[in-house]
Amino acid sequence: MKMKLFVPTLVVLLVSAALATLAVAPPAGGTISGKVTYTGTPPKMKPIDMSKEPTCAKEHAASPVMTENVVTGPGNSVEWAVVYVSAGDQGSAPGTQTLKFDQKGCQYIPHVLAMQVNQPFEIINNDPFLHNIHPLPKINPEWNKSQPPGTPPQVEKYDKPEFIPVKCNVHPWMHGYFVVLNTSHYSLTGSDGSFKIAGLPPGKYTLTAWQEQFGTQTQEVTVGAGETKSIGFVFKALPY
Amino acid sequence: MGKLFGVVLTVITLVSTAIFIFHGNLLWLPVDISAHGHGVDHQLMETMYGSGVLFVASQLLLGLFVWQAAGRKEGWKYKTFPGGAKPMVISAIALVGIEILTLSFVGSRVWAGVYLSPPDPKSLQIDVQAGQFAFYFRYAGADGQFGGLHPDKIDEGSGNFFGLNPRDDVAARDDVVVASLVIPVNRPILLTMHSKDVIHSFYVRELRIHQDIVPGLMIPLHFTATQTGRFEIVCTQLCGLGHYQMKAYLDVKTQDDFDQWLKQQEAAQ
Repeated sequence: MKMKLFVPTLVVLLVSAALATLAVAPPAGGTISGKVTYTGTPPKMKPIDMSKEPTCAKEHAASPVMTENVVTGPGNSVEWAVVYVSAGDQGSAPGTQTLKFDQKGCQYIPHVLAMQVNQPFEIINNDPFLHNIHPLPKINPEWNKSQPPGTPPQVEKYDKPEFIPVKCNVHPWMHGYFVVLNTSHYSLTGSDGSFKIAGLPPGKYTLTAWQEQFGTQTQEVTVGAGETKSIGFVFKALPY
Repeated sequence: MGKLFGVVLTVITLVSTAIFIFHGNLLWLPVDISAHGHGVDHQLMETMYGSGVLFVASQLLLGLFVWQAAGRKEGWKYKTFPGGAKPMVISAIALVGIEILTLSFVGSRVWAGVYLSPPDPKSLQIDVQAGQFAFYFRYAGADGQFGGLHPDKIDEGSGNFFGLNPRDDVAARDDVVVASLVIPVNRPILLTMHSKDVIHSFYVRELRIHQDIVPGLMIPLHFTATQTGRFEIVCTQLCGLGHYQMKAYLDVKTQDDFDQWLKQQEAAQ
């Protein structure tokens, strides 16, 4: 290269590189995390008697399955709660992964399936007898599907956000929930009651925590670039 | 050819009747564990004998008529019933009618004893709910009182099959709700049965007891079990896609075992 052009070229290259790094790197995603807990006395969960389905009764003879409408843990944690962005949502991506809802041992696994609108999910019958799954929506269309043993999984989706209780027409004790959301920023609490929503662009968000028996609570949280905010939801529990 | 038919008819009748009788246990009934079971079985046997005798007699008579008609000569006429067709029909109706009415009168005492008599005042009362597609049973609990039923509060997912309201109804708080009918042996039991949705039917064959559960009605049914063991309760009224699968178990325990079981259940409420 001719000496006369070397320095200007170098300057142009350096400046472009500096501008390029600024343009390519987006602001780091913020995180909102925390725990869902309760105060007061929650209702007692009851053991489920599955004697009318002998295969399941035998399977759970050693440790009976308990009802799951209020599942609590150490530190007053609340399991199966869904925390999600209900207002001010940005940067949500549609749900494309096919989720799974399993009928096994006369239980729905998972008890609560959180998904996004138009996200496909598979309903699988892993038991050696008939199930008839019957979700009970009020906004989305209602249907029930019989699944004899050995039939392939049924793929479904919902196109409107809703909290949908699910029952089995053949086994009255089976109970679950489809939580259909229009955001990808949601988190389902586990046995320790904790939730974590990451990848949030900076902004002001309204977060809602939902639990099937306790209802909902909301909080507003402002998150900066790359910031982690810690919040908690506390539900009031009654024994009945 | 006609005579052969007559012979075959007679042989089939005699041979099948003999096999039936000499098999021993004429009705192949399941074990009877009920205080009133003997009366029901006796009625079944009498019906079997009564109609059995008439059946064999009519088949043998048919065989005889076939034999006679097959060997007929020119100009042979059937012998007619004295008086003709009308007296014959009346006699047939009278004969069969008498048989059926006799069986009914004899059996009505057994029937009344099971379904039309009041229950023992010291019966153990158990509430039964039939719904698509399971039976659930409720005991009054330590306070001896049943809580009120509220259909709008029914929540199967949380185990509230009966629609109890323990928050406002104190009597409902200790009600024991289970999916098996557990009873003490040799103790009068009063079931009060209702349906959550469509017609179901409660049937325990060893108890010789059978009762349709019609929605809108509260139906009493009483019995006493005389043997311990585990027996099936099946739904015997088509109630939907899960009817074939709708059953529960009757556990008859000794009084001590039952008391222990009930105490365990009450503690869990």
